[in-house]
Amino acid sequence: MGLSAAALLWGLPGLLLIIALHPAFSPCPAQASVPAHRDYCVLGAGPAGLQMAYFLQRAGRDYAVFERAPGPGSFFTRYPRHRKLISINKRYTGKANAEFNLRHDWNSLLSHDPRLLFRHYSNAYFPDAGDMVRYLGDFADRLGLHVLYNTTIAHVTLNKDQRAWNGHYFILTDQKGQAYQCSVLLVATGLSVPNQVDFPGSEYVDGYESVSVDPEDFVGQNVLILGRGNSAFETAENILGVTNFIHMLSRSRVRLSWATHYVGDLRAINNGLLDTYQLKSLDGLLESDLTDLAIVKDHEGKFHVTLKFFLEEGDRSADAVPLPQDDNDNFALRVAYDRVIRCLGWSFDFSIFSKSLRLSAGGELSKKYPLVKASYESKGSRGLFVLGTASHSVDYRKSAGGFIHGFRYTVRAVHRLLEQRHHGVTWPSTEHPITQLASAIIRRVNEASGLYQMFSVLADVVLLEENATAFEYLEEFPMQALAQLETITGRRARHGLFVINMEYGRNFSGPDKDVFFYDRSVGHTEDAWLSNFLHPVIYYYRHLPTEQEVRFRPAGWPLPRPTAIHHIVEDFLTDWTAPVGHILPLRRFLENCLDTDLRSFYAESCFLFALTRQKLPPFCQQGYLRTQGLVGTESLRQHGVESGLLWDYATVGRGDSGQQPGDHGPGQHPLAPGPPVSPFDSNKEEL
Amino acid sequence: MSSSFSVLRVGISFVMMCIFYMSAVDSLPELSPQKFFSTLQPGKATLAYFCQADFPSTSVFLEELNEADKPLQDYGISVTKVNCVTEETSRYCGSEKNLMKAYLFRGHILLREFPTDTLFDVDAIVAHVLFALLFNEVKYITTLGDLQNTENALKGKANIAFSYVRAIGTPEHRAVMEAAFVYGTTYQFVLTTEIALLQSIGTEDIEYAHLYFFHCKPVLDLTQQCRRTLMEQSLTTLNIHRFIKTMEAPLLTEVAEDPQQVSTVHLQLGLPLVFIVSQQATYEADRTTAEWVAWRLLGKAGVLLLLRDSLEVDFPQNANVVFKRAEEGVPVEFLVLNNIDLIVSRVESNMHIEEMHEDEDNDIEGPDMDIQDDEVAETVYRDRKRQLPLELTVELTEETFNATVTASDSIVLFYAGWQAVSMAFLQSYIDVAIKLKGTSTMLLTRVNCADWSHVCAKQNVTEFPVVKMYKEGENPVSYAGMLGTEDLLKFIQLNRISCPANITSVQEAEEYLSGKLHKDLVSYSSVSVLGLFSPTMTTAKEEFTEAGNYLKGCVITGIYSEEDVLTLSNKYAVTLPALLLARHKEGKIESISLANVHAQEIVQIITNASLEIFPEITVENLPTYLRLQKPLLILFSDGSINPQHKKAILTLLKEKHLDSLTPCWLNLKNTPVGRGILQAYFDTLPPLPLLAVVNLHSGGQVFAFPSDQAITEQNLLLWLKKLEAGLESHIKILPAQKWKPPLPAYDFLSMMDAATSQHPTRKVPECIKETDVQENDKEQPEDKSAIRNERTGTLRTKHWNRSNWFEEAKKQFRHDNKELCSKAS
Repeated sequence: MGLSAAALLWGLPGLLLIIALHPAFSPCPAQASVPAHRDYCVLGAGPAGLQMAYFLQRAGRDYAVFERAPGPGSFFTRYPRHRKLISINKRYTGKANAEFNLRHDWNSLLSHDPRLLFRHYSNAYFPDAGDMVRYLGDFADRLGLHVLYNTTIAHVTLNKDQRAWNGHYFILTDQKGQAYQCSVLLVATGLSVPNQVDFPGSEYVDGYESVSVDPEDFVGQNVLILGRGNSAFETAENILGVTNFIHMLSRSRVRLSWATHYVGDLRAINNGLLDTYQLKSLDGLLESDLTDLAIVKDHEGKFHVTLKFFLEEGDRSADAVPLPQDDNDNFALRVAYDRVIRCLGWSFDFSIFSKSLRLSAGGELSKKYPLVKASYESKGSRGLFVLGTASHSVDYRKSAGGFIHGFRYTVRAVHRLLEQRHHGVTWPSTEHPITQLASAIIRRVNEASGLYQMFSVLADVVLLEENATAFEYLEEFPMQALAQLETITGRRARHGLFVINMEYGRNFSGPDKDVFFYDRSVGHTEDAWLSNFLHPVIYYYRHLPTEQEVRFRPAGWPLPRPTAIHHIVEDFLTDWTAPVGHILPLRRFLENCLDTDLRSFYAESCFLFALTRQKLPPFCQQGYLRTQGLVGTESLRQHGVESGLLWDYATVGRGDSGQQPGDHGPGQHPLAPGPPVSPFDSNKEEL
Repeated sequence: MSSSFSVLRVGISFVMMCIFYMSAVDSLPELSPQKFFSTLQPGKATLAYFCQADFPSTSVFLEELNEADKPLQDYGISVTKVNCVTEETSRYCGSEKNLMKAYLFRGHILLREFPTDTLFDVDAIVAHVLFALLFNEVKYITTLGDLQNTENALKGKANIAFSYVRAIGTPEHRAVMEAAFVYGTTYQFVLTTEIALLQSIGTEDIEYAHLYFFHCKPVLDLTQQCRRTLMEQSLTTLNIHRFIKTMEAPLLTEVAEDPQQVSTVHLQLGLPLVFIVSQQATYEADRTTAEWVAWRLLGKAGVLLLLRDSLEVDFPQNANVVFKRAEEGVPVEFLVLNNIDLIVSRVESNMHIEEMHEDEDNDIEGPDMDIQDDEVAETVYRDRKRQLPLELTVELTEETFNATVTASDSIVLFYAGWQAVSMAFLQSYIDVAIKLKGTSTMLLTRVNCADWSHVCAKQNVTEFPVVKMYKEGENPVSYAGMLGTEDLLKFIQLNRISCPANITSVQEAEEYLSGKLHKDLVSYSSVSVLGLFSPTMTTAKEEFTEAGNYLKGCVITGIYSEEDVLTLSNKYAVTLPALLLARHKEGKIESISLANVHAQEIVQIITNASLEIFPEITVENLPTYLRLQKPLLILFSDGSINPQHKKAILTLLKEKHLDSLTPCWLNLKNTPVGRGILQAYFDTLPPLPLLAVVNLHSGGQVFAFPSDQAITEQNLLLWLKKLEAGLESHIKILPAQKWKPPLPAYDFLSMMDAATSQHPTRKVPECIKETDVQENDKEQPEDKSAIRNERTGTLRTKHWNRSNWFEEAKKQFRHDNKELCSKAS
């Protein structure tokens, strides 16, 4: 199996060459009829498109980015309308670790160039959108990314071809009729179509995309805002001080991001209206289904809210139409509004994709995203990947995949998948002896930004070698695709694996949850599984879970039921390096999964074991026996003797013939393995 | 502290064991009715069960009765089974119905008859029997009026032990009756089973058995109520005993001696002592406070008034309370507690721990998973507050790394601040820096990968610790030696010269071989290697150079390929290409031909050649000798080796008798851990010197050369021959067990399961757990999950006092706050 896969991959470059040469040697070079070929076509030069371009560029791949605007990040040239980004630009963390700092940098894209960090572009904690445009422009320029600006891809179709990597090419046609033939299509067009609700009177409504941002235009007005997302609250925030009052109408209750731990929900920076509502300052929030709504205009040009159902009976002028307050004189929205503003978010633009691509809408929760697999590949056509905001169906309302600080990592994961699938470059990994396992995990959970930002979506994977003497460490694998790990990464998982994920506590997050309840934090290691704040969780599987197992995993679990699970107790400082609080329980967990002893020993202990036992613990085997034992210093030795973990051999057996210190059995080193069977009866006295 | 707790625990379990032991002896005496009545002694109580022999339905009762025999005997009550099968009849044998009854006699007088269903178990039997016998001592009441009457009647006369049990015949009832048996003459015992009565005296939690002590004796005014003290522990015989003992003890004692020396009955009962510090000036007020505290702590701690003025012991000026734990050897604590609640809560939190410790006896004794058993992690942690002279090494950052390592020859230690092994090694590294201070051209630097992970990743460092050497124009070299001061120092020193060093004249070559050329370095390298090549042998030279490079930092190598190389090859009688090997210690020069030998083999040749034939084995060099995969012949010596012994072994070596062994010797002065080895082999330290053959690689047998024989060539040879022939028996086989996890891990999966299935974690039956966790194979840790799971519950409380100091502090803080609030309001 391994062999044939490799052979297949070897075959590919040759094939490529033929394809590449074909147009060049063609006797009559075609003009517009022969499409220009690219292995990778990226649609859209927003953050996700540029991020993918960066990885393709670094890998030396044949690619092009198509962007309809004259520069990158065109979304940010207009949005957010009030120009303040709500993604955090945390310039200081008190730490030097660049990887760690990315945990608190929500705007930068990934690159090797430290100048391309967003903190060099803005001092504001919530930066201006213009800075993002400038940043993206620099990113594309400095890294020399191949972007075709002013190129509007008007149509995308599929062209079956046996020679193609995926059995078909994607044919892209731009506004001038120029066609491009792509082996892989990476769609990073974001969400570009403003959501609208069709109801009688919707023509009177101002859209977020075009409403005035000048507060002067709202002075002394009654304003109704439809929607309850960040754009709605951002709009309200801007005019809160000048309006008579603002009412906000939406289908369901407001979701506060600090309660849901989802950055797409209402951020505290925008929630001024909640404050004034609850402090009885005339502003207010209401829940109702917008599709039942109707708006009628009266003779003064003011708007009245009524129900669609009332309209069916007569004409549309407000003076004639029945209003809810006619029957129900305390109807909440009985007041006349000067303005109605719609802030209902955006959807993915499906219109340019031909039916043959079978790019369908409808994630489970929202129709605004195209349907993709856990690997971000379209369910309809192989070779079509959705990146960036548009890929958010995977973790909508859960993690950060719809935002720069999340999708920069998922883009990298997609790129790694492509490298393996088309170029035989296996998923990057490092290999270590088993004694490094706890350290490898501790290092990652303390600094990895991808795990932290894309919690419960991307997870690190530890693949054990036979007999668990060594392991491979793979970073940031899309955990929902765990069953396909071998094909996606090109690595073998035959001897068990660990998955390292970050999770909030079950039932901690939610729009109606009290996230400040007393005793919400857990301090005891044995209660670690009850941790509420984001903390590392390690799953151990003896066998790679199957697709079935992943799909039918228990409700509320990010992964199928493991053989064993470990939670590293939540930490107020997100610093999981405490020797006893964090590392020791982790080591015990790993030891019990692997059925071995993962303690570290000084060379002297290894020396003793080497001459008094037939088997050595892994640390001595992998270190001491290879002449890399840890010698230690006298002061450390002294501590060891004081702690009872080491013996002062110089005094052993002196004078009183053979009297052992303590109650140890003859010659039993305090650290020696206990009786093989039960850990229960071991060294009660010693402890 | 834990040790004295375990003493306490042992004590308790000993008592328990005695009880069990006594109750588990052989069966009841079986008598005929006639015989039975003839054995009855006046005044002695007897419980008799009349039955048809082997009447089947009575067997369960008989078992219980059997068990109750011993405890009842402790109270002087004998138990007898009377067989009615025989010809004789007695009125007790009577009808079928009567078969179900047991009778209690005192002498020949029938006191009570019990239907066997009231005597459903041992507790019930003991409780009922004592209840019947102690009819006068234990007053059974049902109304509040009864209680008040009793109380009034005893005011000024005697104290009352009032208890509520849910039913007669329960274990609590038995405990009360057993206490009444002992204390019934001193105190009036009052018993009720009426919840309403308990409620009426203001008890909140009425689900459990309760025992109150009514302090009626001091009450002289009949209108005054007796003070009450509730026993807060569960109703067991031991607890009641302890409780009553403390009621008997004086409420408040005045002392003027070192608190450490003071002992009262409380300490013997395992209760702490609280000293309220008093001064002459405030004596009256202090005494009032102390009494007040004493009442609050009655039954929980002993309270003493410590008269400070006449005290000769020194203790903190501001301390107003001294707290002494019951455990021996725990130093007293000097506290500043500004209100009574704080004192009380202090004691109660301490009691809490004690109770938990007692509880543990019921559980499987669990090792503590939170105790560090990794020697490296623990020692590094204990050393964390020591300031290392880190300034002796240069800390590199992302900005300075490249500039530094390219500007000068540098050693870089890559470590992570949180990783114990690398922090332990950092200390040795600093020691190297101290030793090299001002003498080395090599810059010692370090990178903390916890801060600069990108730097480390770029240098391909993904695990810690790693030491690399950066030299201008060369690829960085990873250090692969022991992580210790000596070996690293050697590596750095030997790297001062290029390897192989280019030797340019015969004279220089001679100096090189004699060790004069690198005088300061020969102590680091046991051999100096010189490759001899004629100038045209380019391939051979390349191979040798590669090998020299590889061995850089371990062995000094040099190369000589001038035109006059034959002078040397002739002198040392070797054909070119060749290498000369100078053993400085022994002053010998060996020669080895290198015709068609590849670099790797050269490395092998040099490595093997640098091994000594009869080395002193040390912690550092053992791995090198273990690589030979031969059994070790070790001469253990306390101090330097006896020259005669050495000679004997060297002779045998020379005569090739030791080819199948790795002979070596171990100096206990240099390698004290050798004592640990000897102990493992002999259990007790044998007289030295001593010779042993250790077959590490196959079988693990240890053979000892007979200590009554002198270590001479002949004896040794004979012994080795016998050994080879299998005629010697080993003294020990080294254990071959695998290194398993030293302790279990928290089984969070089971805890999560337990939580979702709404089962309380503590009582999850093992079988359920096992079946639903065991989906896969059975060799892995889950089969113990349930037990572990249960244990974790106790583990938490067990180390309450250790890990929860913060909680404790918080609690106190809350108390303080409460105090503040009430003052404010």
